[in-house]
Amino acid sequence: MNIILNHNPEIIETNSDSITISELLKIKSFTYKQLIVKVNDVLVLNENYSTTSIKGGDNVMVIHLMTGG
Amino acid sequence: MPTFDKIKQIMQKHTVGIAGAGGLGSNVAMALTRVGIGKLIIADFDVVSESNLNRQFYFSDQIGRVKVETLKENLNRINPDVKIEIHNLKLDADNLLSTFANVDVMVEAFDKADCKQIIVEAFQISKPSTPLILGNGMAGWGKSNEMRVQQYGNLYICGDNVAEIGPEMPPMAPRVLICAAMQANTVMSILLQKKFGNEYNFEP
Repeated sequence: MNIILNHNPEIIETNSDSITISELLKIKSFTYKQLIVKVNDVLVLNENYSTTSIKGGDNVMVIHLMTGG
Repeated sequence: MPTFDKIKQIMQKHTVGIAGAGGLGSNVAMALTRVGIGKLIIADFDVVSESNLNRQFYFSDQIGRVKVETLKENLNRINPDVKIEIHNLKLDADNLLSTFANVDVMVEAFDKADCKQIIVEAFQISKPSTPLILGNGMAGWGKSNEMRVQQYGNLYICGDNVAEIGPEMPPMAPRVLICAAMQANTVMSILLQKKFGNEYNFEP
């Protein structure tokens, strides 16, 4: 499955037509606590990561927020 | 290209919210004041401490004073015409949107990652049309070229997205000011693009 992840083309190895955000975070080893996720420019809250799907062609942003400022 | 007088005329018509008056917030406010922003709304709950002076826009004779009141004085010494609305309070999910009810652009300048998360969720869900500019990753020194601006719709992220502060990775003026300057520069891009179109938007 081909998606855009943080402005870069990314191939996700899967037999399915879609994966959840939780699955994407696991595949890409995004293990930090403070994450911001947008799918096609819509913010997705943490509580919806396991129920929100990503399909081929989607534009996904995953940013790890860090302390400092 | 517009002259600086023309740029100031446009900046003067706009209001920018700044959440936090520390390393990022105080310096974003300083830069926007110098280019003639019309109004700033600034909120912070802290007082100036000695450890702030390695990067924040305060002076040693201001230690112990309320940050937002002190910052307002410092900014008005640069430009007495800038309107500065200050809120000496700890921002949270409940008071964030009402404090920054009428801003053209919102700048996130918090220290803690969990506070950054609160402002992203509040603005991107309740005010998705208001541009929000984050600072993310500016600790340490060097690596100037790893500082960048990334745009995801109305969410702009300034910083290297890597350098988290810690005991051996302190925040210091040069890199914090790069990040703050990127945030202020992004504010200018957004406001001038509204007037002049894409020709003047130099973000990626």
